[in-house]
Amino acid sequence: MNFLDLIWLIPLFPLAGAATMLLIGRKLDPQGHSDVALAPALAAEHGGDHGGGHAHAHGEHHHPATRRLIAFISPGAILLSLLFSLGAVAQLASLAKKSHEVILYTWITGLPFHTATGALSTFTADWGFLLDPLSSVMILVVTFVGFLIHVYATGYMAHDGGYYRFFGYLNLFVFFMLTLVLANNYALLFAGWEGVGLCSYLLIGFYFHKKSAGDAGNKAFIVNRIGDAGFLLGMFLLLSLTGSIQFTRVNEVLNSGVFHAETAGFGILSLTALFLFIGATGKSAQVPLYVWLPDAMEGPTPVSALIHAATMVTAGVYMVARSNALYSLTPETSAIVMGVGAFTAILSASIALVQNDIKRVLAYSTVSQLGYMFMAAGAGAYWVAVFHLYTHAFFKALLFLGSGSVIHAMSGEQDMRHMGALKDKIPTTFKTMFVGSVAIAGIPGLAGFFSKDEILWQVFSAPGGSKAVYIVGLITAAMTAFYMWRLMFMTFYGEPRMDEATAKHIHESPASMTVPLTILAAGSILAGWIGVPKLWSFLPESFRTFEHWLEPVFMRHAAEAAHGAHDAGHGDAALEWGLMGLSVAIAIGAILFARSLYGKAWKVDPIEALTGPMHKTLLNKWYVDEIYNYLFVDGLVKGGGTLLGRFDRRVVDGGVNGAGWLTRFTSTLSMWWDRWIIDGAVRLAALLAQIFSFPVRLIQTGQVQAYALVFLLGVGLFLGWRWMA
Amino acid sequence: MSPLSLALWTPLACLFVLLALPSSQKTAIKLWANISAVLGLLTMLPLITGYDRSNGGFQFVERAEWIPSLGIQYYIGIDGISLLLMVLTAVTAVVATLSSWEAIQDRLKQYYAMLLLLQVGMLGVFASLDFILFYVFWELVLVPMYFLIGVWGGPRKLYAAIKFFLYTLAGSVLMLLGILTLYSQHWTQFGTPTFEIDALLRLTMPFWMQQWVFWALFIGFAIKVPMFPFHTWLPDAHTEAPTAGSVILAAVLLKMGTYGFLRFSLPLLPQASMDRTIVQVVVGLSLIGILYGALVCLMQQDWKRLVAYSSVSHLGFCTLGIFSLNPNGIAGSVIQQLNHGISTGMLFLIVGVVYERRHTREISEYGGLAHRMPLFATVFAFAVLSSAGLPLLNGFVGEFTILQGAFEANRWWAAMAVPGVVIGAAYLLWLYQRTTLGQITNAKNNHLADLSWRELAVFAPFILWAFSIGLYPKPYFEIIERPVARIVERVRPGYYQDRPPSPALAQAPHAAPHTAQGGAR
Repeated sequence: MNFLDLIWLIPLFPLAGAATMLLIGRKLDPQGHSDVALAPALAAEHGGDHGGGHAHAHGEHHHPATRRLIAFISPGAILLSLLFSLGAVAQLASLAKKSHEVILYTWITGLPFHTATGALSTFTADWGFLLDPLSSVMILVVTFVGFLIHVYATGYMAHDGGYYRFFGYLNLFVFFMLTLVLANNYALLFAGWEGVGLCSYLLIGFYFHKKSAGDAGNKAFIVNRIGDAGFLLGMFLLLSLTGSIQFTRVNEVLNSGVFHAETAGFGILSLTALFLFIGATGKSAQVPLYVWLPDAMEGPTPVSALIHAATMVTAGVYMVARSNALYSLTPETSAIVMGVGAFTAILSASIALVQNDIKRVLAYSTVSQLGYMFMAAGAGAYWVAVFHLYTHAFFKALLFLGSGSVIHAMSGEQDMRHMGALKDKIPTTFKTMFVGSVAIAGIPGLAGFFSKDEILWQVFSAPGGSKAVYIVGLITAAMTAFYMWRLMFMTFYGEPRMDEATAKHIHESPASMTVPLTILAAGSILAGWIGVPKLWSFLPESFRTFEHWLEPVFMRHAAEAAHGAHDAGHGDAALEWGLMGLSVAIAIGAILFARSLYGKAWKVDPIEALTGPMHKTLLNKWYVDEIYNYLFVDGLVKGGGTLLGRFDRRVVDGGVNGAGWLTRFTSTLSMWWDRWIIDGAVRLAALLAQIFSFPVRLIQTGQVQAYALVFLLGVGLFLGWRWMA
Repeated sequence: MSPLSLALWTPLACLFVLLALPSSQKTAIKLWANISAVLGLLTMLPLITGYDRSNGGFQFVERAEWIPSLGIQYYIGIDGISLLLMVLTAVTAVVATLSSWEAIQDRLKQYYAMLLLLQVGMLGVFASLDFILFYVFWELVLVPMYFLIGVWGGPRKLYAAIKFFLYTLAGSVLMLLGILTLYSQHWTQFGTPTFEIDALLRLTMPFWMQQWVFWALFIGFAIKVPMFPFHTWLPDAHTEAPTAGSVILAAVLLKMGTYGFLRFSLPLLPQASMDRTIVQVVVGLSLIGILYGALVCLMQQDWKRLVAYSSVSHLGFCTLGIFSLNPNGIAGSVIQQLNHGISTGMLFLIVGVVYERRHTREISEYGGLAHRMPLFATVFAFAVLSSAGLPLLNGFVGEFTILQGAFEANRWWAAMAVPGVVIGAAYLLWLYQRTTLGQITNAKNNHLADLSWRELAVFAPFILWAFSIGLYPKPYFEIIERPVARIVERVRPGYYQDRPPSPALAQAPHAAPHTAQGGAR
């Protein structure tokens, strides 16, 4: 089978799954009706995200057999995508030119327009897919991790209503995500980009009866829209500069030499890159638009793992990597990218230090890790950014799913202050999460070590890097190790701090949940071994497959980087070993420090004493939400809306009503004038006539007899006069 | 009879049949009204299939003397732009008629007669090629709409109906002055009386006169669109009108204004339309409309009023596109006019559904509707997403193309319009959350029935259309490409040639690509 020409099917399987779920899912899962009816009652019992009926003890639910069909179709669709992806990537590997495009049809057709140079061009956006090394990494991550999370969710969501709705949305998400990463142009990428945002909105608000869930969904969508506005403008600029939005074409133009790197100052290319990056800060939760991601944890935990950790939030990193030809021409914007990444990394790590909600710690950790990816991309080490994206997908999905398993065991409890000593009660969850926490802390041999260490080294040594940013990265690494192990110790070690009823209920999760955990744990151990440092020259080149695989996409930079590395010379090997040792030592130190604080029994969270006056600020996330609310939501939007609304009613419409009033007023005036002056003159004439006619009227009685009398009298007088004469 | 005349007069013929039906036969009247609407839609088929996309001129042209001494003719014909708007009219008529089945209970015969008369007027506006004929249809539309609002409307119906009628009439009178100026110019320059559009295209007028005529027409069209600050009749008329009236008002009537710009202002007065000051004023008003309308939406307490203000914002995009004066801006504007009809039409139907059940439009009266009306919630979500311009639905295609055109004309315009997209999502999602999500807090909402089959059938055409435009907009672009090119060529001769680079972009490369389509195919 020629999988390469069938790549358009890869996103289509999940779409078919989603359509099945959303159209006939209700019939497959009749209990689903009650999701809406029961939901409020259940929500009252549970504060946690796991809104479903854990309180209704296990085994009381009788799901129809057709529900198993849902649990089969939905992950099955992703499995098909995974198989087709594997086939396509295998075939791609055997091609000489590692790029394959399939165009289904012309989506938005063009009308002519003038580019910035005045040339006439035509706009076209195809429904087209591009499989190259970069997109192949993405589709493998999305379908592999996506499949495991789907399987996990069949267990995790078993007690929730709206089963079909959940899987419908989840499948729909995978469709949009695959469209995003497979698109061959910015417009289709944007379609996927907005689509994953929609699914994120729907899934964050899955427990829609909760106001907090609705609020979080809105916040996510609207904050993302702000980024999207930047993305759109960036896209238009790119279109106007290069005459196209198709990746291959744009890169061709940018690499053709007509554009020069904007080393002298912030030019039009830098502006374009900056606008695109604004889009990335929205989707990938960077400063200043990161605020939606922690709130997004209102969604069910598999959603947090898939969308808000492993895949969707990395779309911004992917997009920047995809636009590497542009960013390599814009050193100033790249520096901004690196700076924003570093600032986001340390800011969110500092917040993660003190959070008590297990999912919130992981959410801020995700924001922080995304910051690392942007540090790498900003330093020009695109392949390292993608490498960290890939390893992070394993260990962060693992940690989220692990935390879901903990919450599952704890009957919906998410506050780590009420956990403790779970180590032996849910051993599989513990062991796998242990692996994930070691991996993210950067202990040698596990996935996180390879990618994070490479980022630090690149930021330290690459031409676009910076020593100051390196130090920020190092401090963040220490914080990461600390907050992750604070989480581990609070959850699994020490004394149990939960109430009786919860304690009685604690149980290991079913196989549908623990098997994905185990597989992801294996991935967290092994995934990094295809990107070992160059320094480890004792290992054969095949241990560095990842970088070589991506070389065709980042060719230009790879060549430059190799050049730079040679210039740096071999004398730096000692330095590199030293830095590596330093970061490992810091990680181990931070873990031991966490152990010394939390490894024993405690009443008040030791971090409070440690951070002192800062504790409240950190717990309240530096008050960023409050400031944003005050400035933008209440001030600009609601305040501005109210003000303008009043302006509209009083001034604009007031003018219209005023014109109406004026018309009525003048018409009253005219009527008065008409009655008393114009008509008055007429009536005055009549009055005068009446007055002057008064004597005459005395005889004008209108009686025929009187007239006859006068007539007779007259005739008599006349005849008398004649007779006298 | 040509297909165009057939399409134009079928509703009137149906109206006569309707008048012959006895008032007591309510079901028969309703049935016939729906049949008439479907017939009206069927008469569009020959126009769609017979339309030649490669021809940018007027097609299905028909001409007959009317008042020869004054040069007034019965002269009709359509191009791609009018075709799309006529189809929109016919579809909207079907939807509006079916949506009235339960909502309207008294004076049925008169009600449906008004709907049919309205349809004749709207179709006539889009088909007329004689300025006086156009004016007659333009004014004809006012009458049935006045009665629809004034008789079958809400509590403040009289105020709203009179405001609507007088406000638009005031604009039309100025427009008539402009028309008469053109007429007298033609008389002086060629010695023959005519109101024919193609004849008036030959006029050569001094710039100052073009300017005066432009503003006279502008007031007439801008009130209809409505552009800021002429928009305040709209919230009142929309809010008080019966559901079908609001749907037609939003979907079609407002487009008469934008259509006027495209058909008359731009081609007849190219120099005035290109003038820097004029463009800046009109675009400025459009941008204000986009942001202002969106912000005002955020504080509305009345569901229907909110949707009405969203129209001000969306129509701002349409006029922005038109006065970008380039193919993408204008084509995007036409597509967006369709889209606005579809998405705002749906939003008004949505309000109609709950209003029929609860007889209130206060947003705070609702909440948690999804629990009792999941189907309604789904349809509402589609309407919201379509209106918010989500890709793969219709709204995105129009907005994207307009913004691209605006960007080409002036980067700042696009940059200033884009926040409108953000706030658009905000007020729609917030509306959705307040009415549909959350818990049911008002006991009166506890026993609401979900959408019936009939109601679902009302939404179906719009939903399907929204998807088809969003997924495959190409045919629409093909239909309007030539007519748009004609307008652009008229206003900016030589647009379709390469130009020297603008000095503002000294940074840009000198050798540039000439086509956008590269890559494998």
